[in-house]
Amino acid sequence: MSTDAFATVHNGQALAAEECPCLPWERFRQSLLDQIAEGGRLSALFGRERDHGRLRLTAVMAHASQGALAVAACEVGDAYPALTADCPQAHWFEREIAEQWGVRPHGHPWLKPIRFQPPRRPSAPGKGESVRAPRPVCGQTDFFRMEGPEVHEVAVGPVHAGVIEPGHFRFQCHGETVHHLEISLGYQHRGIERALLTAAPQRVIHYMETAAGDTTVGHAMAHCRAVEALTHTRVPLRAQVIRGMALELERIANHVGDLGALAGDVGFLPTMSYCGRIRGDVLNMTAVLCGNRFGRGLIRPGGVAFDLDASAVEQLRQRLAAAERDVRVAVDLLWETPSVMARFDQTGVLTREVAETLGLVGVPARACGLEQDVRQDLPYGIYRFAQIPVSTCDSGDVFARAYVRWLEVQRSLAFLGEQLETLPDGPVQPADRSAILRPEPHQMVAALVEGWRGEICHVAQTGADGQLVCYKIVDPSFHNWFGLAYALRGEAVSDFPLCNKSFNLSYCGHDL
Amino acid sequence: MAICAALLHVLLALVLAPLLLGIINRTKALVAGRRGQPLLQTYYDLAKLLCKGAVYSRTTTWVFRMGPVVALAGLLLVLPMIPLGGVPAVVAFQGDLLLVAYLLGVARFATVLAALDTGSSFEGMGASREVQFSALAEPALILGLAAMAVQAAQALQAQPLSLTAIYAAIRPETLPQAGPVLLLVAAALAAVFLAENARIPVDDPNTHLELTMIHEVMVLDHGGPDFALIQYTAALKLWVLGTLLVGVLVPVRSGWPLVDLLAGVLGLGILAVFTGLVESTLARLRLVRVPQFLVAASVLSILALFLVLR
Repeated sequence: MSTDAFATVHNGQALAAEECPCLPWERFRQSLLDQIAEGGRLSALFGRERDHGRLRLTAVMAHASQGALAVAACEVGDAYPALTADCPQAHWFEREIAEQWGVRPHGHPWLKPIRFQPPRRPSAPGKGESVRAPRPVCGQTDFFRMEGPEVHEVAVGPVHAGVIEPGHFRFQCHGETVHHLEISLGYQHRGIERALLTAAPQRVIHYMETAAGDTTVGHAMAHCRAVEALTHTRVPLRAQVIRGMALELERIANHVGDLGALAGDVGFLPTMSYCGRIRGDVLNMTAVLCGNRFGRGLIRPGGVAFDLDASAVEQLRQRLAAAERDVRVAVDLLWETPSVMARFDQTGVLTREVAETLGLVGVPARACGLEQDVRQDLPYGIYRFAQIPVSTCDSGDVFARAYVRWLEVQRSLAFLGEQLETLPDGPVQPADRSAILRPEPHQMVAALVEGWRGEICHVAQTGADGQLVCYKIVDPSFHNWFGLAYALRGEAVSDFPLCNKSFNLSYCGHDL
Repeated sequence: MAICAALLHVLLALVLAPLLLGIINRTKALVAGRRGQPLLQTYYDLAKLLCKGAVYSRTTTWVFRMGPVVALAGLLLVLPMIPLGGVPAVVAFQGDLLLVAYLLGVARFATVLAALDTGSSFEGMGASREVQFSALAEPALILGLAAMAVQAAQALQAQPLSLTAIYAAIRPETLPQAGPVLLLVAAALAAVFLAENARIPVDDPNTHLELTMIHEVMVLDHGGPDFALIQYTAALKLWVLGTLLVGVLVPVRSGWPLVDLLAGVLGLGILAVFTGLVESTLARLRLVRVPQFLVAASVLSILALFLVLR
């Protein structure tokens, strides 16, 4: 087995820090490449500074076939040979490491800043302490340029015409055809990962809930699972169910909103208007769970902060039936309208091979036919008992991404219906709440959750006194932004908004 | 009497044109289950814009400021040459249909120049699209009018080359014979109407996505009174091209100019509702498909021409 060099753990299972093997570079690299060749996927790769100025790289690999994760570390100095040349999945991660820690991955084909954040250590070791690089400015980098008398460059953003997040897009076009798209982000960088290490414990959950505001439940859940693993807390079954319901409600609300927005982008008004309203109805169902439409304040380490009484269950049941009826009418209109299908079909096509090579996650990956879903592959919480089938589509275009969303909406609705019927009794918080505040020392955990955009990966590591020494958040957008840039190659520039919407990636989740 | 009705038509066009946009928007809102903006919203917008100052980019020249003025002037010149069904135009002469087509062209040319003058990549893209598509829409318009002119020539035993005479020749009693030709021309004119007025399925007037726009993206840098002129020009263009279409579809030639006028204006209102319905039930075409749509319109016009020449 190629995972032999790595330590195998379950999703959300803590292991002692010394059990995570620290391999020599060549072994680390070879094992990682072998695992990817065997169908593993790089979920996280991040650096952490060691006492002696060297950088410790930790990799988390997801193995769907074995239902397990593999972790290992490796120490590097000022520079190391880049993985990206052999493993495109590492592309974004290595750029992040280079930017954060000032190490140089030699042979990286596209070494540019991704967030324009100042390095976390003043200068690379060995270069002297006094030199302080000027603070990088967002969007100022050497963009790829095509030359030619008929080539034109179109720059969009960071300020957009709609009320959306900031991001800069550069198109190299020939006529209406895009030959290259470069996406430059970082405008939303707030330094969450770093702030977590020194934050007051009661603030941490709020950082998580706002890491990507539309994925409040997803990120809060991943974080709570990490904390529960570090404190060996068992979450009561009723709380697991309520968490699952909140996660699926978040998925339905966002997918329905996306389907409406896709309709809006091609100028198809009925579905746009209906879905906009139905999304609000679903958000209101989340508000029935916890009083907040985005699920803020619901998920807390150990369980959930709010229980459901009988009247709330009945209310949810009724609203669920109404939403199911409405959304079917609104979304079926899309598939039945030829002018809409003419826009969706064969727009922004990604092949299965490309999706696999780039390590895409979530809806865009499943729309290329990859059966990849954390709920199925590395089940956690309620999903160990109640399976949701993986929704896939083969064509890899805007239609496939829209249709996968629709399949997931239906399956999540069915899941919610079942869970409401069979809601177990019991507490929603563990009996002993004090343990939650005392993570064990020298532990490490990787917790993966299938958020509505895709795989969310949180990796936490504790130090001698149980204090967090490293916290890594990987939002699904981090894996997928390059997929969007790739999907645009050879497309019409006028179809970019449609492709962009079909991915609907997070800016703040990426920038953190 | 006829000249009074003609003058009244010009006056009504100047006053009511922005209302057509209101009707379209209201229709779209009602179909989508929304209440929608007030019918008079375009008037409020125009008033608001006229009260504002204008900001001009340092990279622009007098060409940029000239654009909206020339475009409006073009439309104001076209208006007296357009008959509304049986209501004659204020000015009619042999060949005025060509002058109308090319005055519309001048208006577009001024807008395109102003867009290019900004040096913005968005506006350049919009200008290129606008020119490409209007070059394809123009044959549909002119060949369609030519087919109607030949039809009128056969009916009147004369050589009418003025819009007034062409539209006056469409009478209920000639419909059984002229019907097929007129239907083909009406279909072509409807396509031109949607394309030239930046409506779905060719363009989306409500989108905020610059990369997908055609007409709107050319006027992104205009603000204040300049933008008011552009909006008003667009409303007049909607009225003018709508009039050409309604003149074919509403063959009310009562001999009472005021009755004809009323029928025509009602027809325009119904056309606006119909446009709203089209926009509510169709998605936009992919941009590379728009030329096919316009060439299809030209083919309909050519077919009409063959039918009358056979």
